[in-house]
Amino acid sequence: MCDTCGCGDHELVPVDVHERILAGNEKAAAHNREHFRAAGVVAINLMGGPGAGKTAVLEATAGVLKDRKMAALAGDLATDNDAVRLRNAGITAAAITTGSACHLDAQMVHRAMHDVPWKRFDYLFIENVGNLVCPAIYDLGQAANVVALSVTEGEDKPLKYPVMFRAADLVLITKIDLLAYLPHVSLNRIIGNLERVMPRPLFLPLSSQSGHGVAEWAAWLESIRSSHPNAKIVEGSLT
Amino acid sequence: MHEYSLIQSLVERVEAEARARSATAVHRLNVRIGEQSGVDIELFRTAYLTFRERTICEAAELEIDVIPTQWACGTCGGRIESGQPLRCPACLRPARLIGGDEIMLDRIEMEVA
Repeated sequence: MCDTCGCGDHELVPVDVHERILAGNEKAAAHNREHFRAAGVVAINLMGGPGAGKTAVLEATAGVLKDRKMAALAGDLATDNDAVRLRNAGITAAAITTGSACHLDAQMVHRAMHDVPWKRFDYLFIENVGNLVCPAIYDLGQAANVVALSVTEGEDKPLKYPVMFRAADLVLITKIDLLAYLPHVSLNRIIGNLERVMPRPLFLPLSSQSGHGVAEWAAWLESIRSSHPNAKIVEGSLT
Repeated sequence: MHEYSLIQSLVERVEAEARARSATAVHRLNVRIGEQSGVDIELFRTAYLTFRERTICEAAELEIDVIPTQWACGTCGGRIESGQPLRCPACLRPARLIGGDEIMLDRIEMEVA
């Protein structure tokens, strides 16, 4: 009832909220992050367009970081093909099939964490749904965001999808073995475009096929791990 | 197409607020969306019109304030144009995004009995 005159009319009330619409996801992500931190697991959110070579990068990583225990959650709209590939490469992997969702969110990751004994691992790779748009704004609780961009996708992809590249801690420029067949594609132009969308541009040219850059990528992962407060202390060296 | 999932979160948030205040209807929502937030404004609007049916937002107007992208030097505060390398030309320090990544629910106008 209207308090002023008691007329019985409904009253219009403005309510100031000033809250991020993704606050619910951010809360779930903080919860995941706390779990990862407590268990000493380094979680990496690996994003990129479909076919950028995300799964191939993880297969190559397993071949190099042999002393580290790796788990992965592979997100796709349908099929568990990537999880099968990762398992064949020696990574403990589960699929997250999203149905129609174009990205993973923190809740999906949390539910999937029940499918792998993730606490036992040094790294948990979250291979996001292939998409350069939607996954960028969903925090999953990761220690770092990595974006794979293949040289075949077009030099201007960073300019077309700036939000994704701004969110990246590291960009892997993949399939560089194919540069030999792409006379019009310039690595320098790709890098120049990354510098226009990433305030702290950090990138690594890499080929999962030839192995070029894979050791540097593994070293970057290890540097993230060593700065992680509770990372498991395991003696081992890069091979 | 994450706009649909954003709208779902938005409507759920509004419903919770309306429930807490025993509101009978919602008249208006004010949201702020940045140009660099990764949200397509038109898709966001379409998603809202689709998703609000049979919710407390059914008749609520959606007012969207679009925030332009603004980069500035983290040290001297000088503005850096979008499309340029994101480094201060004077200090050589990395730029900082000071506006344009908002996805915010600012205000709900509701009717209470």
